[in-house]
Amino acid sequence: MVMDFKPDKPIYQQLIDKVSSEIIRGERNAGDKLPSVRELAVETGVNANTMQRVYREMEQQGIVETKRGQGTFVTENLERLQELRTEMKQLYIEAFVQDMSELGFTLDEMVDGLVHYQGEREGKNDYTE
Amino acid sequence: MITLNNVSKKFLWKKAVHNMDVHFSKGKIIGVIGENGSGKSTMFKLIAGLLKPTNGEVLVGEKLADRKVSATVAYMSDIDQFYPFFNAAQLIDYYESQFSDFDRQKAMDILSFMKVDGDEKIKHLSKGNRGRVKMAVTLARNAPYILLDEPFSGLDPMVRSSIVQGVIQYLDLDRQTLIITTHEINEIEPLLDEVVVLKEGTVLAQGNIDEIRRNHQMNLVDWMKRLYEGEKLT
Repeated sequence: MVMDFKPDKPIYQQLIDKVSSEIIRGERNAGDKLPSVRELAVETGVNANTMQRVYREMEQQGIVETKRGQGTFVTENLERLQELRTEMKQLYIEAFVQDMSELGFTLDEMVDGLVHYQGEREGKNDYTE
Repeated sequence: MITLNNVSKKFLWKKAVHNMDVHFSKGKIIGVIGENGSGKSTMFKLIAGLLKPTNGEVLVGEKLADRKVSATVAYMSDIDQFYPFFNAAQLIDYYESQFSDFDRQKAMDILSFMKVDGDEKIKHLSKGNRGRVKMAVTLARNAPYILLDEPFSGLDPMVRSSIVQGVIQYLDLDRQTLIITTHEINEIEPLLDEVVVLKEGTVLAQGNIDEIRRNHQMNLVDWMKRLYEGEKLT
């Protein structure tokens, strides 16, 4: 269905994040064919120029490859996909740290919090198992 | 491209459009937004050659806009102007007789994409389906310029989204340019490349959607509100 976009970020950037997340989650695998520009544009409710830009930028970043006359595919370069996973992790960590810093938490408090959170989750899992 | 050079249009004493300078480049979807009475519909009628400017010039491609501009501009008015006794098939025949760029097959495809029954008379169609039929015959013209004046007005969210999807599916941005006016700004924002904001018959601002988001970290509605408020402060 038509996508909801956040107000504070360019739409093409949000679409790159969406397709990248699908690749990282394994919904789209290395070498998979991606939908055509128009299919994906209709599906997400953006115009074809924007979708073209999404594929163009992802190609420049080495995440997808366009084969003449065949369409666009997820790269088969597994090293690049591993990098993408790391980049995404970095992105989320930065956003988390920024939000927490604005609330006045120090990095040590965040790390303690994460360790504690992990402990709680593992405790819960032990309990249910 | 479409260019308005210092265009004014007066209706008796009232200035509908005032010293307007605006340029629409090719191969884009451009939204024209602004409060009621800001000059959107008048601007469209000037481009469609249905009104003559009081001052200035309106250029479509290389030519001055006059009645003959309808050969290259597919204009969809905000009022229902179809014969109520036609069904969609007869309307398609009529459009084919009027416009040499009309693509019959495309019209049928769009109707079925939007799930409209072509046998029903227009007067018996719901408002939503009339809106869809109107869009279908307009989009079925392979015209270099398409103008949609308030295509969503009074339509429910399902019809609005089927119209948006019809535009994405059937507009050919390699050869066509679409200009659209609406108050449903949030809904069409992802569809747009650019936006022109009008106020009191003049252009308040023109910008690229992704640049507005990048530079101001806000969506179109908030940006427009800020522009309007800024104007009031000065």
